[in-house]
Amino acid sequence: MKTLAADSAQKLDQGNIINDFCIQVATVNGSGSQSSNSVLMRSIFQMGVPVSGKNLFPSNIAGLPTWFNIRVNKDGWIARRRENDILVAMNPQTGVEDVKGLRPGAVCISPVELSLDKVRSDVRHYQVPFGQLAAETTENIKLRKLVTNMIYVGVIAELLNIEQSEIEKAIRSQFEGKTKVIDLNLNAYNKGRQWATENLKKEDPYFVERLDKTSGKIIIDGNSAAAIGCMFAGVTVVAWYPITPSSSLCESLSDYMHEYRVDADGKATYAIVQAEDEIAAIGMALGAGWAGARSMTSTSGPGISLMGEFAGLGYFAEIPTVIFDVQRVGPSTGMPTRTHQADLMSTYLLSHGDTKHIILLPGSVEECYSLALAAFDLAERFQTPVFVLSDLDLRMNNWMADPFKYPETPMDRGKVLNAEQLEKAGKFERYRDIDGDGIPYRTIPGTDHKLAAYFTRGSGHNEKALYTERPDDYVNLMNRLDHKYQTARKYVPKPELHENKKAKVGVIAFGSSHPAILESLHELQTSNLEASYLRLRALPFTEELRAFVEKHEHVYVVEQNRDAQLRDLIRLELPDLATKLRSVRHFDGLPLDAKSVTDAILEQER
Amino acid sequence: MTSTLPPKTNRIGLTLADYKGSPSTLCDGCGHDAITAQIMKACYEVGINPHMVAKLSGIGCSSKTPAYFLSSAHGFNSVHGRMPSVATGASLANKQLHLLAVSGDGDTASIGLGQFCHIVRRNVPMVYVVENNGVYGLTKGQFSATSEKGAKLKTGVQNPLQSIDLCSLAIELGCGFVARSFAGDPKQLVALLKAAMSHNGTAIIDVVSPCVTFNNHEGATRSYKYAKEHEEPLHELGFVGFYEQITVDYEPGSVQEVAMHDGSKITLRKTEHDYDPRDRAKAIATVHKANQDRHFLTGLLYVDESNTPFTEVVNVVDQPLATLPQDRVRPPKSALDEIMKTLM
Repeated sequence: MKTLAADSAQKLDQGNIINDFCIQVATVNGSGSQSSNSVLMRSIFQMGVPVSGKNLFPSNIAGLPTWFNIRVNKDGWIARRRENDILVAMNPQTGVEDVKGLRPGAVCISPVELSLDKVRSDVRHYQVPFGQLAAETTENIKLRKLVTNMIYVGVIAELLNIEQSEIEKAIRSQFEGKTKVIDLNLNAYNKGRQWATENLKKEDPYFVERLDKTSGKIIIDGNSAAAIGCMFAGVTVVAWYPITPSSSLCESLSDYMHEYRVDADGKATYAIVQAEDEIAAIGMALGAGWAGARSMTSTSGPGISLMGEFAGLGYFAEIPTVIFDVQRVGPSTGMPTRTHQADLMSTYLLSHGDTKHIILLPGSVEECYSLALAAFDLAERFQTPVFVLSDLDLRMNNWMADPFKYPETPMDRGKVLNAEQLEKAGKFERYRDIDGDGIPYRTIPGTDHKLAAYFTRGSGHNEKALYTERPDDYVNLMNRLDHKYQTARKYVPKPELHENKKAKVGVIAFGSSHPAILESLHELQTSNLEASYLRLRALPFTEELRAFVEKHEHVYVVEQNRDAQLRDLIRLELPDLATKLRSVRHFDGLPLDAKSVTDAILEQER
Repeated sequence: MTSTLPPKTNRIGLTLADYKGSPSTLCDGCGHDAITAQIMKACYEVGINPHMVAKLSGIGCSSKTPAYFLSSAHGFNSVHGRMPSVATGASLANKQLHLLAVSGDGDTASIGLGQFCHIVRRNVPMVYVVENNGVYGLTKGQFSATSEKGAKLKTGVQNPLQSIDLCSLAIELGCGFVARSFAGDPKQLVALLKAAMSHNGTAIIDVVSPCVTFNNHEGATRSYKYAKEHEEPLHELGFVGFYEQITVDYEPGSVQEVAMHDGSKITLRKTEHDYDPRDRAKAIATVHKANQDRHFLTGLLYVDESNTPFTEVVNVVDQPLATLPQDRVRPPKSALDEIMKTLM
């Protein structure tokens, strides 16, 4: 069968744009468009074409505008792009505004009754009688809103020439096992595609064509990836309090654990507790860590603020646990469904007194997985809370990735003495630095040996864990804690260096900025600016940082916050090199895009 | 020639001295030290293995006391008002541990009221002692939220606010073991502590514990004098451990027995009060009435052995989660491959 798109493709052969465009679907949240958008994204992925999806949604359950951006890119650029090529304007509230935001020549698919063609004539309009098609699909009025979403999938699929079989496969996998739902959605999709075949004349240049760039890859969001990491890290006690955008980490973890960590007799090798608040969540995690379990909690900025006091206790009393901070826009409630990197400084120094924490900074979904694994080892090795700082963009959006690798090394449970070892040692002092690395030995409650017990406290204590207010004891303890922190520099994940031998300029970034930076480096190159790139993956900084800054004339620190927090931390770290540091900040709550970085750097290079 | 008898030992061969801690640093005569003594005695008499005990506390004078008993148990003096969450985590990490927690009225009824409610709601198996003196000792004598309306500080300042009654609150929240006692009534207190250790869930014991420095004067409602004059035991309390082969003949109708889940028994000999601690509505009404009439009722206020403890709710394996080996907690490679396949 000759499809409309295939037919048009022949006519429009010259000037066709294949596998390189952005689609934005504007809907109302709570209308069920998420499944349709996933089907659309997944079917393009299944055709072997690199694709990424970003859900730009409000902090609301139903009724407010939401946008889903799909970027199709044959070269694998998956960061957000500011401009969209194809708009699906389903939301009457924002339709006019959305169309006005398009560049001339872009495409707009919209319900005919919105009359968006009256707003802009320099845009290619495809007007679709969605209401009528939905009514023809189902007699159930309640379902019409839902099927409308799958009808637009049909229209887009026809226009872009997405293979029928891939859409069907994506629908089946989206609604796995629910035959009735699958049938309804397939009908709706076919209704849309059929209507488009019969009624639309292809007037735009955008096409999807099969490639082989996604075979063997997975699609996953960062929270699910982290959940898988936590499970394979062997976490046993999880306490959390619901908060956007971190909730799906523990919910996803709960699903995986239920599947893979329950014994044949129905008993679980883990406990997941929904706590009464974030303070209780970290309290439980620390109580479990103290008692010897691999424990964790997950939260976002407001929760991190509440956890401050306990974080200091964990640092000072030396108790392992892992704390995930999925950053959203602050301060205060801020914008809960928007992305940011503004908790860096406050988390690094979280709690009163001289406190500094180990922080891991995953930059991809693979690292959401692998650094979750690393975090538990580091927490137990260093007997301290380890924070994993990422953000909404990385954690809640779907990303392509290579399949995760099974952990190669056994769990590192750190310096824990059992009864036998205590007997052999003949002596135990909880906070004495025996090995010269600042890391003492610990025992866990329930150890059957007369030397095992000690008293944990957040008040002043000496090497024997006894209460003290002696100035020399306090200074010793604080210096040892610092020594331990310095030791951590050799253990935390090293930065990832993208070296360009010709570069005089350096770029430093972390976390979800990564895809935009990679694309920006490419753009800079076409503007004749060669740059090297160092992606940081942890605090404390490792020695690679100094080497990188020293090597370049100046270095742009790109980050998603107002105050250039990372730039300032690097200044503190390398005061002698402080003048080399320049700042690129992006903090409007939208995921970082390459052009913003490129423009900001070129502007400062002038 | 004098002969010294070997020290008395309990059923696991330990002496009372084996249950001691560091010397107390509290004020001489502090009610908390009297409670500490009964905690050691109860642990000794029950024959609990100290290394299987986890001592937990928050912040305040009372929260210092876990350092003064059971030196050979791990202890955790955590942060103000948040001991229950730490206890919950420790309990989940190792359900074989006996959790013995000490808190105060500031730590529990003010900053920690939320966590107090939630640990009761979850029914985490533990003994939770509130050493209740009506004032903040470490910060020099401010009223706490359990202080009675009209109670006077040393300075003469009167408390204008109603008090929070932790026992009736605990009963209301569904706690399965709620008792009130007095630091000056060691016999009752030790029986209650032993009974609480047999309870498979959260056991709350609110102990009036006079602060000799800030709240033991004329006009104080938590002084030794006031408590001694006003204490009204609901019953004469006895405890018979499951390991004891004791049968006592009672005059019919004079003693009520409460069977604990581990086979131990609490015996309640009637006083002028005809009180059944298994009747929740009556328990709440009795406490309310006593508070209204300013009667200081002590004893086992409420007991219900049928509540499911949290460790069973989460249905964890029998071994402590803390020490499960890697092959129990890291699924095999095939599991990861299977997950990856569903994401392709």
